[in-house]
Amino acid sequence: MIETAPIWLTLKLAFLTTIILLFVSIPLAWWLSRSKSIFKTIAQVMVSLPLVLPPTVIGFYLLLAFSPANSFGKFLENYFDIRLAFSFGGLLIGSVIYSLPFMVHPVLSGLSSLPASLEEASYSLGKTKRQTLFKVLLPNIKPSLLTGIVLAFAHTIGEFGVVLMIGGNIPGRTNLASIAVYDEVEALNYYNANIYAAILVAISVIILFLLYFSNRKLQEVKIL
Amino acid sequence: MIHFSLQKKLHAAKGFLTLDVSCEIREGDFISLYGPSGAGKTSLLRMLAGLMQPDSGFIKMNDEIWFDSEKKIKVNPQQRLVGFVFQDYALFPNMNVEENISYASAKNDSKKNIELLEITGLSGLRDKKIQTLSGGQQQRVALARAIARKPKLLLLDEPLSAIDNEMRAQLQNTLLTIHSQYNVTSIIVSHNINEIIKLTSKTIHIKNGRLVEYQSPAKIFCNKSEDSSALKCIFLFSEKTGNDYHISVLTGNQVITVNCNEEEAKDLRNGDEIEVSFKGAKVFLRKL
Repeated sequence: MIETAPIWLTLKLAFLTTIILLFVSIPLAWWLSRSKSIFKTIAQVMVSLPLVLPPTVIGFYLLLAFSPANSFGKFLENYFDIRLAFSFGGLLIGSVIYSLPFMVHPVLSGLSSLPASLEEASYSLGKTKRQTLFKVLLPNIKPSLLTGIVLAFAHTIGEFGVVLMIGGNIPGRTNLASIAVYDEVEALNYYNANIYAAILVAISVIILFLLYFSNRKLQEVKIL
Repeated sequence: MIHFSLQKKLHAAKGFLTLDVSCEIREGDFISLYGPSGAGKTSLLRMLAGLMQPDSGFIKMNDEIWFDSEKKIKVNPQQRLVGFVFQDYALFPNMNVEENISYASAKNDSKKNIELLEITGLSGLRDKKIQTLSGGQQQRVALARAIARKPKLLLLDEPLSAIDNEMRAQLQNTLLTIHSQYNVTSIIVSHNINEIIKLTSKTIHIKNGRLVEYQSPAKIFCNKSEDSSALKCIFLFSEKTGNDYHISVLTGNQVITVNCNEEEAKDLRNGDEIEVSFKGAKVFLRKL
């Protein structure tokens, strides 16, 4: 029989990654959609980099950064007593970076598609930027938010290269379902590998199905 | 009273345009802003509302300074108490009619909101989603929302341009009712001369970013032509019968057909602006 711990760990990682990404991506996408600064291009490159780099490359550099043998890792260990390499915290940071474009891009395209006059109308009605964001902008890009949430969640579930580099496969701490599949195949336990794989397929299909179904519902009450 | 002098370099369709307009508007006046497309009318409204930063100049609203480039004062749009009616209405699609209006008003101001719904004829539509309303109804919501803000200055950017004539006349009446009820200083951008004369007491005429005239619309629009019987028309098409040409032209919303000779008719293309004048039984055409 298989261990269920990798499945739960995967779901926990995906859930926490999505929550963090939601807080990071909304202000980031808002700034990207409005900014004319030269830093915007740099930020766009950084956000999109995980789309084109092999996951092992991101994992490798994060591993180097987290390692106590290097300055950043040493700083964290000396001052905060945190070691990110081969820990759940490290996985979480890696996942947030790796799935960032999957949340930022849909939210950004949603915000950019709203007419500027909506935001201006809200300002001239006396509302602050924060009130405008929460009461006018975000409620009008619900399908984009939902797409971002679901893609970030599903993409985190499907991670392999990054988590293998940063996390290894310490049971209960960093042994995720995608890595469990790999381990079982290496040990020639095809039956167990099949169960892990089938569970991942089922979760992904259900998530994507929910996404398209709810976006259809949202679009029926046409947003704009 | 609002007193402003604003300068800004703008990117226009034909290159750069320097907008430079100074004006003084008495409190409670209903003013129209008239001029060709690209003259800087919308930019002027946006600067008054604080949505666009002028390069230099000042805006004084009674004793308050909203903008002064020398003293480096710039009041945010949030603090300006301006009601802005956008050309595309800019209603919030996630809210219904009543929510759009109450978003603009202070808390516990539901009595005023109900009054506004009544004046704008929206009482029966208060819980309707914005997407289900017609253009004219959306315009009413935009107007009610701008008034719910209790503005000191109401800015209307071509609010009635996308609305059919019958609805337009009704909305003009609503605008007049609102203006007399709340006595708010208002500026409307309009290309429609009838509308300008019906609604407003003075017209700011701007061209290429400069103020050309600022006086009563009657003085601006009447007797401009040397021949008072001349009509400005758009040429539509011509037909030849025998030696005569019949040409059809559009003036206002009416198509009229007049006779002319071959010489006058030969160079006309659909869409050309022409002047048609009548002297006795004779008709004269002049291409503009």
